Amino acid sequence: MKQTPNPVFRSLADPTRRAIFERLCREGEQTVGTLTRHAGISQPAVSKHLRVLTEADLVSGRPQGREVYYSVRQGALDPLVHWTEQMKTVWEARIDRLEELLNRMDQ
Amino acid sequence: MTQPATDTRSVIVERHLPHPPEKVWRALTVNHLLAEWLMETDFVPEPGHRFRFVQDWGSIDCEVVSTEPPRSLAYSWNSQDLETVVSWTLTPVPGGTHLRMEQTGFRKGQARYFGGAQAGWPRFLDALEQLLDHTQQ
Repeated sequence: MKQTPNPVFRSLADPTRRAIFERLCREGEQTVGTLTRHAGISQPAVSKHLRVLTEADLVSGRPQGREVYYSVRQGALDPLVHWTEQMKTVWEARIDRLEELLNRMDQ
Repeated sequence: MTQPATDTRSVIVERHLPHPPEKVWRALTVNHLLAEWLMETDFVPEPGHRFRFVQDWGSIDCEVVSTEPPRSLAYSWNSQDLETVVSWTLTPVPGGTHLRMEQTGFRKGQARYFGGAQAGWPRFLDALEQLLDHTQQ
């Protein structure tokens, strides 16, 4: 069986994105400019990472004036915190297949 | 010091199957059947037998802990430093079998093994989880 990679893991697999995310966890809401100063990469690159993090529902942006303030979404890491639930889903799927097999074995 | 029990977690899945325990037992212990619903394996139902479940993303190292056909089966389920035990219990019930799967021994920091997390996944998730536990409550 192929597990679908969780978007949370996928987006945090990149060390630069992890660093940005960790910074938002630690420091709270930040603008792209502030994040760029600490990230050591260009602002467009930071924006791109923030887009990936946003798509994974890890962070959200709040426009204010000309700035966008980014912060960690409430419950962002639920897929990690409640990871036993995910493992349960994996086993449920396996046992679904077991049940299909048992039905086939009847014939 | 051993870790307190609350530091490990279990996953339990239970299912009523409209099939007799002997048949479910076969699906749990015969390798070509295991390959159809779980993974390719060189399993042998003998305590102490070491075997693997193999998938395209890697393999799981196992060792049979106990077998009691057709009632219970347990094997270790290890990958990297993930050390768990998978236990199957088959209880005959009217019209079939009550199947229970319990995987025990997960520690909190092992979340990185989910979602197809790859070997070499950095250790940062441990720290991150602690951080989030701290901030989200």
